[in-house]
Amino acid sequence: MSTDVLALGDDALIAAQRLAEWCSRGPDLEEDIALTNIALDQLGAARLLLGLAGSREQPARTEDELAFLRTDREFRNCLMVELPNGDFAVTMAKLLFLAAYQKPLYEELAAASSDDPELAAIAAKAVKESAYHLDHAALWTVRLGDGTEESHRRMQNAVDEIWPYTHELFESHPDWLSTVDEVLRESTLERPADGWRPTGGRDGVHTEHLSRLLAEMQVLHRAHPGVTW
Amino acid sequence: MALWEVFIRPRRGLAHSHVGSVHAADAQTALRNARDVYTRRQEGVSIWVVPAAEITASSPEEKDSFFDPAADKVYRHPTFYQVPEGAPHI
Repeated sequence: MSTDVLALGDDALIAAQRLAEWCSRGPDLEEDIALTNIALDQLGAARLLLGLAGSREQPARTEDELAFLRTDREFRNCLMVELPNGDFAVTMAKLLFLAAYQKPLYEELAAASSDDPELAAIAAKAVKESAYHLDHAALWTVRLGDGTEESHRRMQNAVDEIWPYTHELFESHPDWLSTVDEVLRESTLERPADGWRPTGGRDGVHTEHLSRLLAEMQVLHRAHPGVTW
Repeated sequence: MALWEVFIRPRRGLAHSHVGSVHAADAQTALRNARDVYTRRQEGVSIWVVPAAEITASSPEEKDSFFDPAADKVYRHPTFYQVPEGAPHI
């Protein structure tokens, strides 16, 4: 069970780090704040999940040790969250697919409180946030997909580019597919054909993008161990 | 992009109050932008967004004719009554 919690925490942490890259670079002030809010939601969930995962290790590790003192091969996040932000459409495609994955997952974990009450409490907090992330990403996917010729082209490109990485999230995914299909249909976007299925994130085999992300995320903590504000 | 005026009803408030404005291409986006910009610290339980262009406002030039005549009409204030002993909420 501990490995699962670590993977959930790493998904949230790496997604937060990527989304935070939009800070001060959003297309307008309102969206800049929205993306930062979502990044902070993910970071909040990551802290709780990594704290829980670390407390269950022998010997125990803190959330900071897990976030800042592991190498890329020790991260268990899916590949999708570590991919570069690309343009705004790619960021929205990643957020749509991630939120459509996290929301039902958190709902399920929140409902299974008899199995793991600590994890259920964290999931219950995260589920409302995920619902808003899904809503936000769906709104933009529809606006861009069913927008101008240029926005449609770029949103379709984004969906095509990210689609292969969604296979890693599931063995089978009927609910996820129906959620995403509905958004794509309303957005006048085509669901890409299933083909290439890159995988390995859950086993610590990542893309080169994760190493660069970790270098930036971890540099301060590694240069000044135990530093505080 | 269009400008939208944002009105928020606070948790204990009875009426929506103007809090500021956001830019958005359509009403649904404006509503979500308002949520993200103005309710980050639990400021509200309900949001209205109104296209700024739809608001008819009094002009600063009309200020004198609109508002000054009320200045010397003290009898419009309910200050000439004795409030009965024990009457609450007055």
